[in-house]
Amino acid sequence: MPKISLSHFETALLFALFTSIVLGVVTKNTDRERLHYGLKSFAWFIFALFVIGWLMRLGHG
Amino acid sequence: MGSTKQEKKKRREPMPPLKIWLPAVVAAWLVPGGGHFFLKRHGRGLLLFFAITATFLTGIMLRGVLFQPRTGDLLTTIIYCGGFIGDLASGLLYLLTIWLGYNQPDVAGFMHDYGTKFLVTAGLLNVLAMVDAYEIAAGKKT
Repeated sequence: MPKISLSHFETALLFALFTSIVLGVVTKNTDRERLHYGLKSFAWFIFALFVIGWLMRLGHG
Repeated sequence: MGSTKQEKKKRREPMPPLKIWLPAVVAAWLVPGGGHFFLKRHGRGLLLFFAITATFLTGIMLRGVLFQPRTGDLLTTIIYCGGFIGDLASGLLYLLTIWLGYNQPDVAGFMHDYGTKFLVTAGLLNVLAMVDAYEIAAGKKT
C-alpha cells in the first residue's frame, strides 16, 4: 500500500467527505432527505474547519 | 413516577427475532455496506462500502496505528481498548490488514495521528452502518 502525505486541509476535507456520505446514507428515510442531510453535514464540517482554523491562527498570534 | 416507568416499559417494543436481523448485522460488520447489500439496498450499500473503505484505506496510506488493547490507568484503558474496538468494527478490512502483516509502530508525526483517527473513524462509521442495517432488517426503517 503506497504511503501518502496530505496537508491538514486536505485530510480534513477527505474526512468531511467520507463522514458526510455515511451520515447522509444512514440518517434519513428518503433519498432526497439523505442527499440534503449529507450536503448539509459536509457544509457544516467545512464551516467548522474554517472557523476553528482561524481561531487557532488568531490564538497563536 | 413508578407508574410512568411501567408505562414506558409497556410501550417498549419487543426485540425482533435474532434470525431476522443477525445475518444482516454480521454481513454489515464483515463488509462495509454488506448488510445493505444483503437487504437489497444496493445503492446505499455501494455508497457505504465506498465511504468506509476509503476512510480505512486513507488511514492505512497515512500509516496510522492500529490499537492493541492495553490496560493501566483509566485514560489508557479507555484510549487503547476503545481504539481497539473501533478498529475491530471495520470487520474484514481490519482482519485482512492484520493478516497481511501491517504493523505500524506508534511514532510521532501529525500524518500518523490523522491516519490513526481515520482507522478508528472507519470502524465507528461501520457501526452506524450496522445499526442502520439492523433497523432496516427489523422493519423500523425502509
